[in-house]
Amino acid sequence: MIARVYVGLKPGVLDPQGRTIASSLNDLGFDEVQDATQGKVIELKLADGDRDTVEARVKEMCEKLLANTVIESYRIELDETEA
Amino acid sequence: MQTAVIVFPASNCDRDAAVALEAHTGKAPHMIWHKDTSIPDDVRLVIVPGGFSYGDYLRSGAIASQSPVIKDLKQKAEAGLTVLGICNGFQVLTEAGMLPGALMRNAGQKFVCKVSRLRLANAQTRFTKLYDAKDDIDIPVAHHDGNYFADDDTLRRLEGNGQVVFRYVDNPNGSRNDIAGIVNQAGNVLGMMPHPERAVDALHGGTDGNNLFKSILGSM
Repeated sequence: MIARVYVGLKPGVLDPQGRTIASSLNDLGFDEVQDATQGKVIELKLADGDRDTVEARVKEMCEKLLANTVIESYRIELDETEA
Repeated sequence: MQTAVIVFPASNCDRDAAVALEAHTGKAPHMIWHKDTSIPDDVRLVIVPGGFSYGDYLRSGAIASQSPVIKDLKQKAEAGLTVLGICNGFQVLTEAGMLPGALMRNAGQKFVCKVSRLRLANAQTRFTKLYDAKDDIDIPVAHHDGNYFADDDTLRRLEGNGQVVFRYVDNPNGSRNDIAGIVNQAGNVLGMMPHPERAVDALHGGTDGNNLFKSILGSM
C-alpha cells in the first residue's frame, strides 16, 4: 500500500517561499496568481494491512516526525491500488 | 566543572563550542556522539551545537531531535540539567519539545550571516545574570531557518513568564516579537539562534559571548 502524506504550513503562518513563488509567477505575466503556498509530499511504501490500522500508524508517524504541528498541518491519502 | 557537547552528523559548531567551554572551565568537554544513549552523570552543562544536522532534511533539527542521546538529555533536563542549544541546537530543542515554538525559514528567504545586536530581555536567568540589562550585546548569527514562530497564547505565556531572554535590535529573520532566544519555564534550558561561542575571543571580532559562559559557571 502507498500512503501519501501532504504537509503544509497552517493557515496564518507566514509562508515566505510561497509568497516568492507567487510574485515570481506574477513577474512572468501570470497576473491571475493571487497567492501560493508551498508544502511537501512524502510517499511511503507500506506493508499491506487493515486500512484503519495503517491510517492510524501513518497518523502517528505524522505527529512524531513528518509534520511539526506547531506550524504545519498534514493530510493522509491511502492508495491500495499501488503496490 | 565537567561539560559536554553533543555531536550529530553535520554539526559544525561543536568544535567552537568545545573551545569556548574549555577556555572557561579549563577542562575539555566530553564530545558525545548522538548515537550514545546516555550523558555521563558528572556533566553539569550540555551544549547542543550549531550546524546542519542531517543536512536539514525534512525540517532543520527534526531528525536529530529523534536521536538516542536526546531521550536522555530530555530526562536529565527535566531533572534540572543546564542545557544550551545554539542555532541548529535551538532548532533541535524545539523539535524535541524541550522548548516551545518552532524555527521557520527566514522571512527574507536569505541565509543571514552577520553580527547581530541583541537586547537583554531577561538578565536574571542563570545564562545571563552577569550581563547588564541596559547594555546591548553583539553576537554573530548565521542561519537560514531562524524565524521564531509560536502561536499567540504561547507568546503571551513566554512574555508573561520572562522566558524571552534575547531580542534582536534589528530583526534579521522575521521572528515574532524579535525573539532571538528563550528559556523553558524552569529556566534551565536556553535556546538561541545567535552564536555566543563565536564571540569569546577579541581576535574574532568581539567577546560579548563570554558573560554567558561566565554566568552559567557562576550559577553552578
